[in-house]
Amino acid sequence: MEVFFINLIAATFRVSTPILLAAIGETFTERAGILNLGIEGIMFFGAFVGFFAADLSGSLWFGLFLAVISGVLSGLLMGLFSVSLGVNQHVSGLGITVLLTGLSLFGFRLQYGGRSTPPSIEPFQQINPFANIPILSTITQQYLLTYITFLVIVPLAGWILYRTRYGLHIRAVGDNPEAVDAAGVNVYAIRYSTLAIGGGLIAAGGAFLSLAQLGAFSHGIVSGRGWVAIAIVIFGNWIPLKVMFGALIFGGTYALQLRLQAMGLKLPIPYETFLALPYVVTIIALVVAGRNASYPAALLKPYRRE
Amino acid sequence: METTKKKLRLVKTNNPSFWTKPLIPVLALVGTFMLTSGLILWAKANPFETYYYFLIAPLGSRVSFLEILVKSTPLMLTGVAVTFAFATGYYNIGAEGQLYAGAIAAAGLGMAMHAVPAILAIPIMIISGFIAGVAWALIPALLKIKLAVDEVVTTLLMNSIMAYIVSALLNGPWRDPNSGWPQSQEISPTAMFFKIVPRSRLNLGFIVALVTVLILWIVMTRTSFGLKMRAVGLGKPAAHFAGINVNKTILIAALISGGIAGIAGVAEVAGIQFHLIGELSPGYGYTGVIIATLGSLNAIGVALASLFFGLLDAGAQTVSRALGVPVYLGEVTQATMLLVTLGMLLLQRYKIRRI
Amino acid sequence: MNVVEMNAITKYFGEMVANDHVDFDLRKGEIHALLGENGAGKTTLMRILYGLYKQDSGGVQINGKAVQINSPKDSIANNIGMVTQHFALVPPMTVAENVILGHTNRFVLDYDAAESSVADAARKYGLDINPRAMVRHLSVGQRQRVEILKALYRNSRVLILDEPTAVLIPQEVDVLFETLRKLVDDGLSVVFISHKLDEVTNITNRITILRDGKSIGTVDTCDMSHNQLAALMIRQASFHVNNKIAEIKKSRSLLNIKSLSALDDQGLPALRDINLTVHTGEILGIAGVSGNGQKQLAETLCGVRNCTEGEIKLDGITLNGKTAGEFTTSGMGRIPEDRLEGVVGELTVQENLALEHLYQFSNKGFLNHKAIQKHANELIVQYQIKARPGDRIRTLSGGNVQKVLLARVLSTQPKIVIAPQPTRGLDVGAADYVRQQLLEQRNRGAGVILISEDLDEILALSDRIAVMYEGKIVGVLDASEANPERLGLLMSGAVKEM
Repeated sequence: MEVFFINLIAATFRVSTPILLAAIGETFTERAGILNLGIEGIMFFGAFVGFFAADLSGSLWFGLFLAVISGVLSGLLMGLFSVSLGVNQHVSGLGITVLLTGLSLFGFRLQYGGRSTPPSIEPFQQINPFANIPILSTITQQYLLTYITFLVIVPLAGWILYRTRYGLHIRAVGDNPEAVDAAGVNVYAIRYSTLAIGGGLIAAGGAFLSLAQLGAFSHGIVSGRGWVAIAIVIFGNWIPLKVMFGALIFGGTYALQLRLQAMGLKLPIPYETFLALPYVVTIIALVVAGRNASYPAALLKPYRRE
Repeated sequence: METTKKKLRLVKTNNPSFWTKPLIPVLALVGTFMLTSGLILWAKANPFETYYYFLIAPLGSRVSFLEILVKSTPLMLTGVAVTFAFATGYYNIGAEGQLYAGAIAAAGLGMAMHAVPAILAIPIMIISGFIAGVAWALIPALLKIKLAVDEVVTTLLMNSIMAYIVSALLNGPWRDPNSGWPQSQEISPTAMFFKIVPRSRLNLGFIVALVTVLILWIVMTRTSFGLKMRAVGLGKPAAHFAGINVNKTILIAALISGGIAGIAGVAEVAGIQFHLIGELSPGYGYTGVIIATLGSLNAIGVALASLFFGLLDAGAQTVSRALGVPVYLGEVTQATMLLVTLGMLLLQRYKIRRI
Repeated sequence: MNVVEMNAITKYFGEMVANDHVDFDLRKGEIHALLGENGAGKTTLMRILYGLYKQDSGGVQINGKAVQINSPKDSIANNIGMVTQHFALVPPMTVAENVILGHTNRFVLDYDAAESSVADAARKYGLDINPRAMVRHLSVGQRQRVEILKALYRNSRVLILDEPTAVLIPQEVDVLFETLRKLVDDGLSVVFISHKLDEVTNITNRITILRDGKSIGTVDTCDMSHNQLAALMIRQASFHVNNKIAEIKKSRSLLNIKSLSALDDQGLPALRDINLTVHTGEILGIAGVSGNGQKQLAETLCGVRNCTEGEIKLDGITLNGKTAGEFTTSGMGRIPEDRLEGVVGELTVQENLALEHLYQFSNKGFLNHKAIQKHANELIVQYQIKARPGDRIRTLSGGNVQKVLLARVLSTQPKIVIAPQPTRGLDVGAADYVRQQLLEQRNRGAGVILISEDLDEILALSDRIAVMYEGKIVGVLDASEANPERLGLLMSGAVKEM
């Protein structure tokens, strides 16, 4: 039983990583007032570009780098529609998701279409700074990316949002862009930059799936994790640390399902119940947390001077 | 007072020049195909040849023309479904899940209706699919109007949950033991939609889709409920002020939306596949959002957009067979067309004036 | 020495000219009023100076040097600060965060240093503000002080104030004026946008008058009387309407409001124990500084907002607890306070006209388009609306939108007409038309509730005047006993008359 829980905790950190990366990315864009529904497509695109580039170059880090670049560009594309053109963010975001999903599948079919076995690469190795300590070592056996996400990116995101001038501008733009404009700060530049940062993090989340967790790319690789990330951002009230707890709740239920399946228990209910459980939990969390959610006041509102 | 020299300038306008309307789709088409030709070159194909197979060839033969109508059927249904919701300002992005809810109802009843004659079985299929879609749409709609939970997120999450329900059924109780694939047993022949044109796949589903377009048109232009829907969608405070029950209007529109998406699932099960399968929809629910937007939330626009997207789907298969360009060219083209059109619509907000 | 000079500024919005070759100059150490009616182009001119708009032609000089101002960044660099009418503050952030927004060279913020330097600045300029307070918890007067502090903290030598007194009670106005006088003594120059004559003559040195986007001229304040200024500012005598009809017929009480209380959107008390009676054939004016519960009163009286306590009785029928639609059918007619919240811009004139009474125009759920169009055509003629039935509302001018709303409400011959701020933002002709319609409603026997911040309007039209202060009715006067001074005292909450 003890082993079960320790394995569960270890798996929780692992499966939370990609969702947390995407959710932190989305936190940045939403804090600046843009709902990026391109998130699901950008994750998928990041997973594909990372896999493809790593496969071609033989370097996982190069794959990750290109995935992040592709995410930055996708974020800027979202900016073209939501910031410069000011069109409906739901529709343009969904359009970008469909576009990037199609592009990834197009490229995947073109490059790997003829093969009889699905292509794969040697994924990132896990590291363990505490390999000698008995119980802890099971939990600390993680990917470097997981360490970076939890120990660097989350605190850094919180620090940027709350302790820097740039973060002050982001929070102000998401709440009252007029005030920021009147203070002589470029609203568009802030929004574009958060979309770029957000896109990069979201794509990194996708690349984690293909380059670390699976070492492969498939149609179902993201399967709604982007949408979950959006729910987690609301649940976390747009605060990085709380977003992290949201991601862990989702990751925990998901990991539980993985552990139960791996144990091969004959359960009276189908294993899909456990797969669907995190989504149900997320909806419930949204209902509970959503009552006090303080949405950025300018979310979904394009900014125009006249 | 002295008169100053008048200059040509771009000014914002509420009354777009009459010529922008027909020009936009044309420019959008040209822009889309210029952008997507990059992909075609990547696939080492000739863009002009590709566009021939993509857009012209499917219109050339009777068989392929009917296939366009077949492909447009689920798109028309989800497009109409999304329009009902979006016109009321309710962002139902859950047509995908609602489609599968309808498909489950159709497969479940279809497998059980071997003793029921077609004249009864087919209406039962359609109605139950509608009800199943309504039921699946009910949860996010109630969360929205009772607890103000954002419907975009909940409808998206419900799509994922539905995917696992389908998977659970196909790997569990409904799995056809004689098939190597996770799929249900075949539905009763009496529950299958009849063919409109013999020796083709074109079936009753297309007529049902056209009927929903007609219903959408009547509701939106001829009924007081349609006017209420538009008022709520275009100006919630004003609608509330005029004494319209905003929440009730949103709830009804959201449920109709879910129901029609459910019928799309019925049409795919009863008209095309005859089984429940996990890959019933390659994202028809999301494409429905694109179609509703391109059709500017208007019945005729939605019908035209879904027929054109049917052509793109059919054409993408022709291209794939003839030239080896991956079939996902269709999906990319559809999304690109949406984004290019959104950009183009801004042209309508300006006109050139001499002042 | 002119710190600011604006020459021949012209600005178009679409095809409408908002500023037509306007000249303006500001001397060092003066308070200079920009006086004019709503829509005269005052705010536009100053938004150009502050870089929020870009002029189509004309030039700006600061301290004798021609400058290009493309965004607020440029004007801030030239030591210009502006307090806009809708405050440019971020409510969920602290005062200190708002003040340093856009004005800190450090990438990493030092909150302690920021807070103490903001506190120092506040003390230096005599503005009483806690830098740690969350802006969303501040009163309107305090928020305005934050805005002024923001401008001063950026070393502004020119301060533009857009209608700064509109949201203040008289005591706060006094404090503001005291602050301004002190700042001017220190060498600051102030542009004071206003349409209130007494304030302008009270505080300013010079006045530039704008009318219909054109500058009428600049005068020294001490040379001018109120009447002279009014004559310059207003194209024609404003009030063509005539209140005094032959005789008010024997009237009976129509609407009885008893101990009415309600909450605002934040859940705070907005109406407290309101008792009012409206009779047939009378206009009851409701005066008060904006934000004292007038909006919530109007909303509660037409059923859009629920009351927490009390009773609304119209002609003997209790209305509270019923839906907005039932209020309407019972004879309560309301013109919305915000025109754009009363109409759906993307729908047509005829659809908007039918929206409130759809049951009259439909049969088994199907719309009778012919009847809707006929109805619209009749109202368009009767109310002189300059539009066709099929035009979208958003293409209409403000005056015509207001006529559509009037037509929709008045065509049903309501027993009570609630008119909150019915002439706000309208040109003179349209405003007169609206006032005339309200008088006609009274003359046919309806009870009219006129809610307005414009005391002249209240005094000209009302038969009785109630004054609201902090959600309460602090006095009800007969029109014959009322004058601006008495009303002003009541509006400030200084005295109470029942």
